[in-house]
Amino acid sequence: MSLNKKKHWYDYLWIWTIVYFALGFFNILFAWLGMIDFILPLIFAAVGGNKWFCNHMCGRGQLFWVLGRNLKCSRRKPAPKWISSKWFRYGFLTFFMTMFGSMIFQTYLVFSGASTLKKVVKLFWTFKVPWKWAYNGSVLPDWVAQFGFGFYSLMLTSTLIGLIVMAMYKERTWCTFCPMGTMTQGICKIKAKKGSG
Amino acid sequence: MRKAAVDTNRCVACGVCALQCPKEAIGIYKGSYAVVDVAKCVGCGMCEKACPSGSINVAEVQDVIK
Repeated sequence: MSLNKKKHWYDYLWIWTIVYFALGFFNILFAWLGMIDFILPLIFAAVGGNKWFCNHMCGRGQLFWVLGRNLKCSRRKPAPKWISSKWFRYGFLTFFMTMFGSMIFQTYLVFSGASTLKKVVKLFWTFKVPWKWAYNGSVLPDWVAQFGFGFYSLMLTSTLIGLIVMAMYKERTWCTFCPMGTMTQGICKIKAKKGSG
Repeated sequence: MRKAAVDTNRCVACGVCALQCPKEAIGIYKGSYAVVDVAKCVGCGMCEKACPSGSINVAEVQDVIK
């Protein structure tokens, strides 16, 4: 960041992103903590009508900045225009929510007993990676762990996509099509329109 | 004088430009898009370099209202 600005505690939330993945590596139940990153931005948008989460608190965005700019892991070239176009942003949001829904359904199947707990992390919605060390049973029912594996898969996949576009294009290219970003900006725009109309 | 201009229709309101601005001349308007305070802008171009969606363009402008 720039030289004359005061650092805040929330400028270090990129560390949280690393801690999150580390915790989930050892115990998948920690994946649930990722719900904070889902709910907080929506509260900020729905209640405050702002993107303060994206603007100041997003640990993932900050991590891409630390790696891309500070550690020079980004080519820092402009991304193709279609990546930040409306149809791609909303298309990716739709795809992402569909996958989120299918993950919830998978959790339901385990909850209802129609399916059993699968100790795997699915990368890019395709590649199954064994992850059995991260769960050895607990007092909680199996569906809780199933959701953990599913949610961790989603978080890891989206971070990997973000890292790829960070390396290829601008540091925070992920932000241009981040489903949370698209959703919160959409909510804010509707709220802004209602407020002035 | 060089000033930053935002394509508000393209802007994703991520706020990277505002974080980079050394003059604190950029704000995110109601979570919708970035707004540049032209009076504060020195046209350094740090925001343009950081913007991931290519929504900021720093260019020469004439007759800036002081």
